[in-house]
Formats: sequence, structure tokens, C-alpha cells
Amino acid sequence: MSEHAFTGIAAAAGIASGPAFTYRPLKLEVPTRSPGPVDQELARFDAACEQAARELEAIKASVLERANAETAAIFEAHAMIAADPMLRDAVKARLEAGQNVEAAVVDGSNEMAAMLAGMEDEYFAAREADMRDVGRRLLRILLGVADTSADSLQQPSIIVAQDLTPSDTAGFRHEMTLGFCTAAGGLTSHTAILARTLGIPAVVGLGKEALEQIQDEMPMILDGSEGKVILSPSADTLERYQAIRAERDARMVMVEARALRKAMTADGRAVEVGANIGDADSARDAVQHGAEGVGLLRTEFLYLQDTQSPSEEKQVAAYRRVFEAMEGRPVIVRTLDIGGDKPPSYLTFDAEMNPFLGWRAIRICLDDVPLFKTQLRAILRAAIGHRVLIMYPMIGGIDELRAANGILAEVRTELELEKLDYAQDVPVGIMVETPAAVAMADALAEECDFFSIGTNDLTQYTLAIDRTNERVAKLYQPLHPAVLRLIKQTIDASHRHGKWTGMCGELAGMPKAIPILLGMGLDEFSMVPLAIPEAKWLIGQFTHADAKRIADEALNLRTTAEIEQLMSQVLGEVGVPAPSGAP
Amino acid sequence: MQSTTIVVRNKVGLHARPASLFVKAAMAHTAAITLTKGDKSGNAKSILGILSLGVQQDDEITISADGADETEAIAALTELINDNFGEPIAS
Repeated sequence: MSEHAFTGIAAAAGIASGPAFTYRPLKLEVPTRSPGPVDQELARFDAACEQAARELEAIKASVLERANAETAAIFEAHAMIAADPMLRDAVKARLEAGQNVEAAVVDGSNEMAAMLAGMEDEYFAAREADMRDVGRRLLRILLGVADTSADSLQQPSIIVAQDLTPSDTAGFRHEMTLGFCTAAGGLTSHTAILARTLGIPAVVGLGKEALEQIQDEMPMILDGSEGKVILSPSADTLERYQAIRAERDARMVMVEARALRKAMTADGRAVEVGANIGDADSARDAVQHGAEGVGLLRTEFLYLQDTQSPSEEKQVAAYRRVFEAMEGRPVIVRTLDIGGDKPPSYLTFDAEMNPFLGWRAIRICLDDVPLFKTQLRAILRAAIGHRVLIMYPMIGGIDELRAANGILAEVRTELELEKLDYAQDVPVGIMVETPAAVAMADALAEECDFFSIGTNDLTQYTLAIDRTNERVAKLYQPLHPAVLRLIKQTIDASHRHGKWTGMCGELAGMPKAIPILLGMGLDEFSMVPLAIPEAKWLIGQFTHADAKRIADEALNLRTTAEIEQLMSQVLGEVGVPAPSGAP
Repeated sequence: MQSTTIVVRNKVGLHARPASLFVKAAMAHTAAITLTKGDKSGNAKSILGILSLGVQQDDEITISADGADETEAIAALTELINDNFGEPIAS
């Protein structure tokens, strides 16, 4: 057979090449025997459930060794289903109606699966699969058939199947599994999620037709990064993929080696790469990914989880947990940033036509001074012994900054009078996310310690685009020349006053933006923890002069398309492939 | 028998991890515990029973418990929900 390529959904990154192993689940037949007494059949059901619990415990333990707790939780959920009283009731009712236990398990679990499938929610589709997986396990145990999927592989292979249950996916021996390839499934299917956490390349949603062409032992290449499957590859193709794999592996090694080192340009100029986080758990995750600080600590969750605003003590404890998790690295705390799009129950909002242009963020805090003071007190008190900075969101002009700083000064005096300990040296900055703040950046820089650009809102307000409106969403262009110019003005204004500028919007973590931002002189990049290793590596690919040249060129271009094209070329030169879908 | 009505703030409602934490907390009590949403009820000690209610964020649910430790059961389950299952409610 000659070379043949198919495209599916890229579910787990990586390239595998090897022989195909077409996996067909065991055929389990329900016996037609007449049932014994109900309590005897029920006792067999209970014993099967206990056996299932033991098997699932073993799978969970093996997955925990190879992947993470979240993945292992799938099997904990299966164990709960196997022990579920509602399933037992459904089986018992069928036994009482005269079925044997095998038939009762099949019908009972089908009934439960149908109930879950009938609910209009993506989450339940997955639970339906879980229910069917558990039902099959129970039937297999009742039939006295061993679980053989783990032993069926004789050589390292790419597993090919119509679909795989979580039990199947986790059941194959790790050292024998080169990749997964299924006809069914999507990005959120269990196979995809499990494969990603196990670090095994996978392509899903390949379709039935492609599947029918794959036979046992057939040589194949699976590219889980591009969603491609190539059957009977030619020598040339094999060689090409080996080269791609070597290159990707080498890059990943460099990226990871760099992750925990200080972010630096190729000529040794340091910038700071931090994380956007919301709690202590994500702080620990950020440190592991190489965050040098927190460029944005969101505090909204504290305010949205309760029916009353959080007490000062509760906030002190929550902030302290985050500061401690960052182990001495600087943390920028953003004061309350909520609005009518997501109102907490204890604040009364009028109906707003445009919540993003409405009563939100600093506007609420300046109107509800006790609410604001409680948060500022908590931050200052929790900051003792840590490097903490305060940042006000949605500042539109100098009067708002002055009003907020006035309240902060009052808070310090009050803490002083109450003889409560608080941190003295807490720098104060503002988020630059309105075009008004950019226009006034010179004046604002004189009266605060730093800027952090919120590009999501800045882009939305500058381009007058509501991202949630599908008809105009395509006009939301992060690399729009107007936005880039505003960013440049902001950075320049801060530097003229001896201050610094960071960025905590999505743009700061986008590879196609990083060289431009670096060249504009951005001092701090803050992003989701996962993006940090690659951002640090990318920063290290350019000298400051290179980056400056790229930024100047980008700032001279007049359309987003031209800027995107320039950046595809720039990234291509350092070996970062253009994301699929880009021109 | 005792019961209480409460609003679920968790962004996934009573699915996934919150649902299994809820069932585990219910199973720690001997009282019979029922969860009601609208006109549907389910056994709070059954993950399938809870899932079958399809509780979403901001849904109002009623927890009823009947048995020796009914007061403790309701207190524990209410706290779990009010504490948002130990998760932030960030978007």
C-alpha cells in the first residue's frame, strides 16, 4: 500500500511512529440463564461492585504514578458510580422483575447512562461514557472474564480504535503505547485528556473511513501536534518526521531548561516575567513554571463567593497564603475589579445597558469607601515581610488616582492609630486600560510608582469592540496598530518619569507580540503560568537591538494584517512555527 | 426531619469534583438525605442521583435530612456549598 494521509483533531502533542495495533474491545455476551433467587443474584452484584472497586483503585494508583491527581480522579468517579445506591436500586428492581444479574446490570447501567445523556450539557456526555464504562466492567466481572487490554500489546505500537474508554486508555502498558488514534472523540474526550496528561501523542476524531483502512502491524506516523495520521509512510516522509521530532524535542528541552532561569534578552538585558493568578494554588503553579513574581493577583473571587463582602481577617489570611506561596517574589495585588456583568449579591446594581462602561472597579470602590478601606487594610496588613505592590484598576484620570491614594493615606493613619502592624513600603500603581489613561500617562506617571497595561480592556475600549458580540468579534485585533501605538506611549511616558511599565493582559503572553513589546521597552510581562517557559525562551532569542528594530518596523506598519505577517516571519526565523490558521 | 434551601454559586454547579465532594460529605452521615431542585429529587448519597438533578450555577436547591444526625448533616453540606467547595468563584 502506498502512503496515505488522514487528518483528525490534534488531541495530545508529539510525534509517534511505529506499527498500528487495532484495538477491539472484548465481546461480552449476556447469558440467557434463568435467574436464581433475588438475594443470591443481588449478592453477586454486590461482590462484582467490590471487585470493580479494587480494580479501579489499582488503576487509580497506576495513573497517579504516571499523571496527575485530576486524571486519577476519573477513576475515583468510576468507583463512586460502581458503589452508587441509585444504580443498585435500578439493578435490584430488574432482579425483582425476573431478570438475571448480568441482564439487570446491562439494562440498569443503560438506563442510568440514558438519563445522563438526556441532559443538555457537554459535561454529561462524558458522564454517560463513564456510566457505560462502569457497566461494562461490572458485566465483565460477572462473566468471570479477565481484563486483558493491558496484556494484549506484544510490541510498542500506536493504538487504533473506534473509541476508547478511560479504562482502556489507562489500561495499556505505558512502555508499549506509542500513541492513540481514535475515529470518535473531541478535544475534551477522555482519551484526549488522559493522553495529554500521560504525555502520549494522540489524534482523535479521525472518522470511520480512515479507521477502516488501518490494519494491524501497518506502519504509521501519528502527529499529535498537527492532528495528522500517515499510513505506510515512504522513506522520505519517515525521515522528514524524524527531523521534525528531533527539532521539537530539542526546542522543548531548551524551553524547559530556561524556565527557571531569569528572563533575559540574548545580550543579557533582564526583564521580568510574572504570572497572572487568583489564589495560593495557582501561585505555587506559577512558581513551578518559573514565574519571577505575580504581575496580577485578582482579588474578585473573595468577593464573589459569599453573600456578604469578605471580612478584613478573611482577606488578610487569603492574601498572606498567596504571598507566602510566592516565597519572597513581588506580588502586584489588584484592588477589586467587578462590575454589573457579574455582580455580587450584596452590592445593588441598577440595570446597566453597558456594564463595561458602567459602575465597576475603582468607580465602585470610590463610591463605597468602607468596602475599599477594608481591602486596603487587609493588603497592607498581610504585606508585612513580603514584597507587595497595590494596583488600582480602570483609572480614567488623575482625580481618581488622587482620590484612591487619599483613601489609602487615611487607611495608613487609621492603622497607625489602632496600633496595628502594616507594611510601610508598598508601591502603588495603576492599570492602564482606558484610552483616557494613555492620553494622561505623563501626568499619571508623576503620581504613581508604576503602570500595568491591561490589553484586553484597552483593546476593547480603543477599538470600540464588544468581544462577546459575534458580529464584531473579528474586529477585536490585539495587534491593531492603534493599540500598539498606545502601548508605546504608555511605556515611554513611564520611562520619562523614571517609572516602569508592565503588562498583564493576554498580549503579554503571545509569542507574536513578545518581540515587539520587548523592543518597545516593556519592563515586565505577566501571563498565565503555562505560557511562562516559552515566553522566557523567546525573550532569550533576541538582542535588545533586534527587538527594537522589530518594534520600530511594527510601529510603522498601518494594518493588523501587515503586523501579523511581519511577526510570522520574525517567529519563523527563530524556529517557532506559525500557529495553524494564521496566514 | 430538617431542611434548608441554598443557592449554589460554584461555576460548574453540582458536577464533577463538587458533586463527588457533596456525595462523600453526605455519606459521612447516617441520616437519609434528599436533594431537591424544582420538582426533581435525588438521593444525596448517590452521585448519579445528584447528577440527574443537573444543578447549575445560581440554582436554588433544598437539602432535607432525616435521622439521628440530621442537624450535623445539613450543617456540613451547607458549609460545603457556602465555602464553594474550597474553590474560588473566579471566571
